[in-house]
Amino acid sequence: MLETKDILETINMIDNENLDVRTITMGISLLDCLDSDIDKACVKVYDKIMRSAKDLVKTGEDIEREYGIPIINKRISVTPIGMVAAPCQSKNVVRFARAMDKAAKELGINFIGGYSALVQKGFASGDYALIESIPQALSETDFVCSSVNIGSTKAGINMDAVKMMGKIVKQTAEITADRNCIGAAKLVVFCNAPEDNPFMAGAFHGVGEADTVINVGVSGPGVVRAALAKDGAGKDITEIADMVKKTAFKITRMGQLVAKEASKRLCVPFGIVDLSLAPTPAVGDSVAYILEEMGLEKCGCHGTTAALALLNDAVKKGGVMASSHVGGLSGAFIPVSEDAGMIAAAKSGHLDITKLESMTAVCSVGLDMIVVPGDITAETISAIIADEAAIGMVNLKTTAVRLIPAIGRKAGDILEFGGLLGSGPVMPVREGSPEVFINRGGRIPAPLQALKN
Amino acid sequence: MRAIITVIGKDAVGILARVSDACAKTNVNIVEVTQSVLQDMFAMIMLVEIDKASVGFEELRERLNEVGDATNTKIHIMHEDIFNSMHRI
Repeated sequence: MLETKDILETINMIDNENLDVRTITMGISLLDCLDSDIDKACVKVYDKIMRSAKDLVKTGEDIEREYGIPIINKRISVTPIGMVAAPCQSKNVVRFARAMDKAAKELGINFIGGYSALVQKGFASGDYALIESIPQALSETDFVCSSVNIGSTKAGINMDAVKMMGKIVKQTAEITADRNCIGAAKLVVFCNAPEDNPFMAGAFHGVGEADTVINVGVSGPGVVRAALAKDGAGKDITEIADMVKKTAFKITRMGQLVAKEASKRLCVPFGIVDLSLAPTPAVGDSVAYILEEMGLEKCGCHGTTAALALLNDAVKKGGVMASSHVGGLSGAFIPVSEDAGMIAAAKSGHLDITKLESMTAVCSVGLDMIVVPGDITAETISAIIADEAAIGMVNLKTTAVRLIPAIGRKAGDILEFGGLLGSGPVMPVREGSPEVFINRGGRIPAPLQALKN
Repeated sequence: MRAIITVIGKDAVGILARVSDACAKTNVNIVEVTQSVLQDMFAMIMLVEIDKASVGFEELRERLNEVGDATNTKIHIMHEDIFNSMHRI
């Protein structure tokens, strides 16, 4: 029989250390829903989602009960709507968002991602109209998430798209200003976007994926922090890295089990486990607190980037053996408003946007859930996106920007979202205008790193 | 399917009896039991067979929760595989 201490350890992780499966995400291809008549296309999209995911929520809840593991979200990702909308030649692309939102509500899922366009090298038919419609789509719907991939190591950075996205992020915040600018929290701008990411707001179903697929995102910053708090005192960094690896292994095994079981019960192929440490605003479920547990007085002080690099790498090493297929973003997330420790460090002035930018060179994603002053210019947002994309492009990694311009607020104010999105202090951005640089447009050529053949 | 029942709480007379009673009444077969008392904290782990249980998983969990409330302990019932997958390679 199993060891008592192992059983009690698992129970303790779930009861006291916020261990959970963050999401079961069903990827659904909409490539068979294309139609030149937008009415017909929207009906096909709605029907396909409803048909494919009819048992998703119930199955998630059944597994949650039997295995005793909290499964926080059941989500859906779909083929980037920019492609699905291409044959319609319609300006009214937002109708696809309404169809997605309607399906999400009727299925009882938490979010649906894929109101997306992949424009790293240029705009195809449908992409431009889709991007233009993002502010309206995110303000009119509740569960739809949007993402735009504006760069990749292979393609370089599409600076026309970067310029456009600065405006779109700002407009999305403005149009939802009466709801704490929530629209911008559902919009991610990527470089090197993964096609099998189960996490929102950036999930979409890549064109190379199967018709339907189950991807699972695990979580567990609280478990890692607790392990370091319990046994980490006096240990050197090698031992700390080993402790993170062992903990990540256990967390990922749980995710793998849930993914296999969900895949079996839904008769949908298992895609990947995304072994990410995804924080929540709950105290104790914080990536910043892990870094502080390693010996930093406050997240954001010098040493933070090194500690985060160690954490991100050890999570991958521990998780990769625990799952048959690892993918998505896999690593440590640093969404400021969703992490109690990051919020505290930002409020106390230890963490600013420049330190966060350097942290994104070694974390698994990028500048995430950062609240910036409402009077920020579209060009400055574009420039932040360009900087972040450059880090991703050169380092062959995914980077993303999810900024929330807090309309009507200035640096030092607080923007409250509530729930998993948390709350964020408005962070000042750097002075000086990048306007001329951004307005040049064009494309940053792919770096030498891209030429690997 | 086999499940693991864990009972954690302050040691008191009759905890084992009450949990076993709940199992017997629902036709849940107890395969193995280990228990330990650390200072005055009581931890009991039962491996049970629930395929022939007379009630569903949810009902069984509710009945065990009632026992937990009555004995001031925390009782979990979880699929055995969760522990196997986490702690065995």
